[in-house]
Amino acid sequence: MAEIVLEHITKRFPDGSLAVNDFNLEIADGEFVILVGPSGCGKSTTLNMIAGLEDITSGELRIGGQVVNTKSPKDRDIAMVFQSYALYPHMTVRENMGFALKLAKTPQATINQKVEEAARILDLEQLLDRRPANLSGGQRQRVAMGRAIVRDPAAFLMDEPLSNLDAKLRVQTRTEVSRLQKRLGTTMVYVTHDQTEALTLGDRVAVMRTGVLQQAASPKELYDRPVNLFVAGFIGSPAMNFLAGTLEDGMLRTTLGDIRLSDRMRREVERSGTGRDVIVGLRPENFEDAALVPRTTARTGSPSMPPSTSTSPWAPTCSSTSRTGASAA
Amino acid sequence: MAAITPRQRAGWATANFVVIALALIPVLWLVSLSFKTPTAVLDPSFIPSQWTWGNYSGILTSSQFLRPLANSIGIGIISTLIAVILASMAAYAVARLRFPGKSVLIGMALLIAMFPLIALVTPLFTIERALGLFNTWPGLIIPYVAFGLPLGIYTLSAFFREIPWELEKAAKVDGASPFQAFVKVIAPLAAPGMVTTAILVFLACWNDFLLAISFTSTISSRTAPAAMQYFSGGSVFTIPTGPIAAAAVVITIPIIIFVLFFQRRIVAGLTSGAVKG
Repeated sequence: MAEIVLEHITKRFPDGSLAVNDFNLEIADGEFVILVGPSGCGKSTTLNMIAGLEDITSGELRIGGQVVNTKSPKDRDIAMVFQSYALYPHMTVRENMGFALKLAKTPQATINQKVEEAARILDLEQLLDRRPANLSGGQRQRVAMGRAIVRDPAAFLMDEPLSNLDAKLRVQTRTEVSRLQKRLGTTMVYVTHDQTEALTLGDRVAVMRTGVLQQAASPKELYDRPVNLFVAGFIGSPAMNFLAGTLEDGMLRTTLGDIRLSDRMRREVERSGTGRDVIVGLRPENFEDAALVPRTTARTGSPSMPPSTSTSPWAPTCSSTSRTGASAA
Repeated sequence: MAAITPRQRAGWATANFVVIALALIPVLWLVSLSFKTPTAVLDPSFIPSQWTWGNYSGILTSSQFLRPLANSIGIGIISTLIAVILASMAAYAVARLRFPGKSVLIGMALLIAMFPLIALVTPLFTIERALGLFNTWPGLIIPYVAFGLPLGIYTLSAFFREIPWELEKAAKVDGASPFQAFVKVIAPLAAPGMVTTAILVFLACWNDFLLAISFTSTISSRTAPAAMQYFSGGSVFTIPTGPIAAAAVVITIPIIIFVLFFQRRIVAGLTSGAVKG
C-alpha cells in the first residue's frame, strides 16, 4: 500500500529520442490509475520506469514517500503483469506464483498458504500443478495476476494485461480485474491503448501523447471536459465531431446553424481571451432528430446541446498551447 | 502433399542407403578389424573368419591405453564444464547487454574460431614449455577451453536471444538479482542450448589429435587418440592394427552414448508456453 508520485519524470533514450517528457502525476494510495494513449506515446516506458526496468533520465519518482530512482526493481516492492504474461515455462503454476516469495526466503509453509489463497481468489486451484504450456490464454492471464497478488505488494503495475485475450474473455476479465483491485485496495497503475478499458476500469485516467501527459482526470471529467483537441478526439467512441465556427455577439455560428451560448460558456470563452474563430466539439449522442424532440427543448433548428457539458469551444491557438503546457490536473 | 509413389519410395531408399553406407562402411570395417586375430588382419573378408576378443582384452588391461582413456575423459569433462560456464555468461552478455567493445568481442571470437590451429601449435608449444604447462592436464585444458569458447558463445547467444526478455523483467520485478534471474530463469530455459554446446565442445576435445600429440610426452597427460599412436605390436616389425582398431571402437562408444542420451533433451522445446502463441 503506497502512493506513487512522479515529478518531472523524463526519459531520453541513448539514441537521443525523447520517450517521456516532464511527466507529473500523483497516484494516491489505493487508487486505480490508467495510462492510456496511442501506441508509441510513452505509456509503457512510464510504467517500466515505475517498475525500475528502465532508468529515469531526470525527475523524481517516489513510492510510499521514498525516492526510488536508483533502486532496483526488487527493492521497490511492486508487482507487474506483462502483456505476454511472462510466465516461467519450466515451473508449475504453483512455483510460478511462489517464485517471488521463494526469492524473498519466505518459509515454505507460508508460501504454500499464500499461493493457495491466491489460487482460490482466481479460481486456479485445479491448475496449481500444471505448467504454463498446458494452460489456455485466459488461465495464463490469471496465473500472471496470481503471481502479482501473492506478494501483497505496495502497488500493481499492469502492462496491457488483457490485450492477448479474445474479445469476450477480455470483457469478462476486465470486470474481474476491477473487482480484484477493489477487494485488495492496492494502488494500481494500468497501461492500455483501449479507451473502453480505460474509461470503465480507472478511478482516474491519464491520457498521454508523444511522451507528454495531456490530461489526468476521472473518466467522466475526461469525457465531458477534455482539456484539448487530442483528448477530446481520443476519448469517446464514436469520436467527437469537430466543426469550425465563429463567435459573434454571444452566438456561435457554425455550418450546422447558429447556437446560442449559455452564460457559463460565454464567460469561459471570454475569459480565455481568444479570437473569434473556434472549434466546436459535438458528441455524436447529442444529435437528436428534430421531429422526435418536443418543440420546447429543440432550439432553433440547431443540434440539441445540454448547456452543462457537451460542447467545449476552443480557439485553434488555445489547443496548441494547452497541449504543450499540459500538467497533472 | 501428394502420396509417395513406389518409384519415389525406391529412389529415396536407394539414396538413403548410399549415404548411410558411405558413412558407416569405414566404421564397420574398423569394428571388423578389431575382432580379427593379428594374422588375419590382411584377410580381405569383411566378416572375420576367426573372432577374437584378444585386441580388446589387450588394450583394456594395458596402462598404455587405460591411463590415456582416463586422461581423455577427465580433460574432456573439465574443459567442457569450464567452456560452457564461461561461454554461457559471455553469450548472455552478447545477447542481452549493450556494452562497449561488444562487436570487438564477437569479432575476436570469430577470429579465434577461424584461425588455423596448426599455425598456433609451435608458438603454444614454446609458451607451454616456458610456463611449465607442457605435458600436464591444464596444458591441454586451457587451449581446449580457448578454442571451445567461440563455438559456445555463438551457439549459446542464439539460444539466449530466443528467450523472451519479458521473462527476465518478470524475474527482476519478482525480486531476483540479475544473477538469480540468470541462474533460476534464463539458464534452465537455455538448458537445451547448453547441452548442445556441451556436446559440441566435448566432441572437439575428445576427438582432438593435434594438440594432444603436440603438448604431451608421457601417458600421464596423453589423451586416448594420441596414445593409440604409441601402441606397439608383438614385435618391432608388427603393426598393431588390431589393438588400434579396438581402441578406436572403444573411444567411439562414449560419443554414441553421449549423443543418444542427450538427443531428446536437445530436441525438447522447453520454452513452449512461455508467452502467448
